[in-house]
Amino acid sequence: MGPTRTLELARRVITAPTVGPFIALVVTMAFFSLKTDRFFQAQNFSLVLQQVMIVGVLAIGQTLVILTAGIDLSVGTVMALGQVIMTKLAVANGVPALPALLLGILTCVGFGVLHGGLVTGVRLPPFIVTLGTLNIAFALTHIISNDLTFTGLPKLEVFWGRTFTISGTDFTYGVVLMLVLYALTWYGLNQTAWGRHVYATGDNREAARLTGINTRRVLLSVYTLAGLTYGIAAWLLVGRTEVGDPNAGQTTENLDSITAVVLGGTSLFGGRGTIIGTLIGALIVGVFRNGLTLIGVQVIYQYLVTGILVILAVSIDQLTHRRAG
Amino acid sequence: MSSPTPILEASGLVKKYGQVVALNGADFELYPGEILAIIGDNGAGKSTLIKALSGALQPDEGEIKLGGERINFHSPRDARRAGIETVYQDLAVAPALDIAANVFLGRETRRGGPFGFLLRLLDKRGMRREAARHFEELGIGIQSMDEPVENLSGGQRQGVAVARAATWAQRLVIMDEPTAALGVKETGQVIELIKRVRERGLPVILISHDMPHVFELADRIHIMRLGRRVAVVTPKTHTMPEAVAIMTGATPSQLDNALTKEGSAE
Repeated sequence: MGPTRTLELARRVITAPTVGPFIALVVTMAFFSLKTDRFFQAQNFSLVLQQVMIVGVLAIGQTLVILTAGIDLSVGTVMALGQVIMTKLAVANGVPALPALLLGILTCVGFGVLHGGLVTGVRLPPFIVTLGTLNIAFALTHIISNDLTFTGLPKLEVFWGRTFTISGTDFTYGVVLMLVLYALTWYGLNQTAWGRHVYATGDNREAARLTGINTRRVLLSVYTLAGLTYGIAAWLLVGRTEVGDPNAGQTTENLDSITAVVLGGTSLFGGRGTIIGTLIGALIVGVFRNGLTLIGVQVIYQYLVTGILVILAVSIDQLTHRRAG
Repeated sequence: MSSPTPILEASGLVKKYGQVVALNGADFELYPGEILAIIGDNGAGKSTLIKALSGALQPDEGEIKLGGERINFHSPRDARRAGIETVYQDLAVAPALDIAANVFLGRETRRGGPFGFLLRLLDKRGMRREAARHFEELGIGIQSMDEPVENLSGGQRQGVAVARAATWAQRLVIMDEPTAALGVKETGQVIELIKRVRERGLPVILISHDMPHVFELADRIHIMRLGRRVAVVTPKTHTMPEAVAIMTGATPSQLDNALTKEGSAE
C-alpha cells in the first residue's frame, strides 16, 4: 500500500459519517464509567443491549423513513398495538401462537402500507399521516385490550427474551435478532439497487423520478418495511416483558427512535445517513438512560436530557446541511 | 436540402391549454450528427415542443417520427427507452450519491452469478470502471468516481448529468438550458463537453437563451415564434441580430427570405 493510498484511507476513515456518532458513544461511556463503578461491567452492558433492542429495531424502520425525507411519529404506538393484538389473540381468544403472532405483525405491516399509500397516493406529508396513525393506534390499543394486561403467553411469543451465556454474561436472543436485522438492512441499503433508490428518492426525488426510478414504489416499500420492523419490535417487546401490556411502548419509544436516527448522523432532510450510525445512535440513547439511572437521576430528568439531546443533534444536522447546501 | 433522413422529426404539432395555444402547427427536424439549437422568446413554444419530443406531454395533433417510424411517447420513460436522453437545467442529480451511482442511477448493474441473481448484489466496481471510461472518452477530468456529487462544482455536476445522458442515449440528447445555472468558466466547460458529445456522433437538441453560445455550438438554428417554427437558419448564413429579429418578429417578412437563404447556402 503506497503512501497516497494510506492517506486516502485515512481521509476516508476521518470523514466517514459514523465517526462522529462513534466518538459521542465513547465519550458518553467514558463519562458514566468515571461517574459510577457499576457502569463498566459486562452484566450492565448486557442489560443496556436488552434495553436498546426494542428502540434499536424501531429505529431501523425510522431510518428508512427518514432517509426518504419522511418521519414516522407512530412507531411506538403501532408497536404497542401489534403487541396487544398478538398477545390478546393468543391468551384471550385462544388463537394458536403462530397465527396470533403473525396477525400482530401483519397489523404493523398494515399500518406501514397505510402510511406509504397516504404519502404516495394522496400525497400527504408523512408528519401528518403518522401523527394521525399515532392516535389511531393508541386508541385501538386501549379499545382492543380493554385496558387489560395479557399474561401466560405461548412460548413462541416470548422466544426472543430467552438468554444464552458467554463467559458468565447473559445475552438474549432478541439482541442477536436485532444485530441480524441491522446487517440485513445494511446489505439492502448499501449493496442493492433498491438501497440506492431509497437514498436517491430522499436526496432529490424529482431527479430520481427523471432517471426512471419509480419513486412511489420506493416509498411504498420503505413504509411497508418500516411497518414490518415495528411488528418485529412488538415481538421483541413481548419477549422482554412476557406480558401484553397496553401501556407499553407509548412513552419514550417514539422520540427515542428518532433520537437514535439523528444521533446516528442521518439527516432529517433525507438522502444522507447510515444504518450503522443508527445502531450507534440507539446505543447512545441506551447508555444515556442506563447511566442516568445508575447515577440516580430521576426518570423525569431523563426526559429532559433526551429532549435536549435530540434538539442538539438536529441543530448539528441543520447547520451542516446549510453549509453543504 | 441535400440531407439524409432526419433522426427525429415532427410535423403539425398542436398543443392547447384551454384558450392558450402553446404549439400551433409546429414542425421540427433533427439530422444525424448535428447540434440543433432551438431559440425563441418566452412563450414561443420552445419548452412545449421539447416536452412533446421527450415524452413529458402528449400533443393534441400532429405526428412525431423517430428514425422514420411514427412514435407515441406517454412518459419520459418511453422516450428514454427509445434512446432519447434529456439533460435538465436544474442539475437533476442526487448530490449525496457518488458520481458512478449518479451515472448508473435507475440502471444499476448487478454482479454475475448467484450473488447478483439471488442476492441482487450490485456490481459497484464494474459501474465505477464503466463510468470512468465514459468520463475519459468525454474528456471530463474527474479523478475519483466515488466522490459525492455535492463535492463537485456546478460545472462538474452538469458534466455528470451530460455524461449520464451521453452514456445512455442511443439516438439523441436533449439539453434544456444546460448552462443556465452556471458561471462563465463552468459554462465554457459544459460547451466543450457538448461539442465532444457531437463528436461521438450523437445528435444534440440544445435549448438556450444565450445567443453567443448558440452561434458557437449550433450547426442549425430552429427559431420558434407564436407556437410555430418560423425559420431555420445557420450561423454561417445569418448574424445574431438577424436571428433575434426573426425570433421577436421584428422582421416578419424575413420568414420566406430566411428559408430561401438557408436553402441556397446548403
